[in-house]
Amino acid sequence: MITTFYIASVIAIISTIMVITRYNMIHALLYLVVSFLSLSVVFFILGAPFAAVLEVIVYAGAIVVLIIFVIMMLNIREESVEEEKRWLPPRAWIGPSVLSLILLAELVYVLTFVDAAPSGVKVVNARAVGLSLYGPYIIGVELSGLLLMAGIVGAYHLGRQKKKVVHRFLEKAEE
Amino acid sequence: MNTVPVEYGLVLAGILFTLGLVSVLTRRNIIFMLISVEIMLNASGLAFIVAGARWMQPDGQVMFIFILTMAAAEVSVGLALILQIYHQLKTLDSDAANKMKG
Repeated sequence: MITTFYIASVIAIISTIMVITRYNMIHALLYLVVSFLSLSVVFFILGAPFAAVLEVIVYAGAIVVLIIFVIMMLNIREESVEEEKRWLPPRAWIGPSVLSLILLAELVYVLTFVDAAPSGVKVVNARAVGLSLYGPYIIGVELSGLLLMAGIVGAYHLGRQKKKVVHRFLEKAEE
Repeated sequence: MNTVPVEYGLVLAGILFTLGLVSVLTRRNIIFMLISVEIMLNASGLAFIVAGARWMQPDGQVMFIFILTMAAAEVSVGLALILQIYHQLKTLDSDAANKMKG
């Protein structure tokens, strides 16, 4: 069990180093997904399956997709098939693929050869987390709701303001 | 003994946090700076999970969920700011945004 922890943490460090040394944003995001997946394996080994699931869904799913959307919006002028082909040569995705294959092998190993819980590790499941979240930490949940609301309003406001400003300036310039 | 020692988990969190910090200090592309902040938040979440696993309490995962919520809110606002900066300055260089208006 500890060997899987070592492998996953080495993959996490390697992929994070690759993230911060890439010059192409899409390549960096590929390695970022691998980094999140390996940290998810680490969470699972540490006995926190709910956090591992959330890591995959929210970090590797939602946040990375959001960043990819923004990159696509920014590069909307220079869109071409050739450019996309140049962005993703085989040597760009073969590194993340190898690292994720190692993680997949680890996952298969843990699911097949290791019994329900590794010995010595007490699994804190989603039920305990939920009871704690809506029990002693209920004020934190409410504050998180307020924070998400502020995030929505802020993102909407910031994303929308530009058109108004341009419009006012244009009106002033025309007058 | 099959459990993961606490020190190793904390060292891993420290290494990841340091990598994110170095990246946010050296890169000048704002999207890369945002990604580095995500790496640092993730590393701090890992530290909480390790501590929660050490004491076998759900509090670590609760704090991880709060960090996750904050990261989601932060990345949405940050990306909206990046869009604004790109539309106004036509570049992703954070050094270009060194002047205030007025």
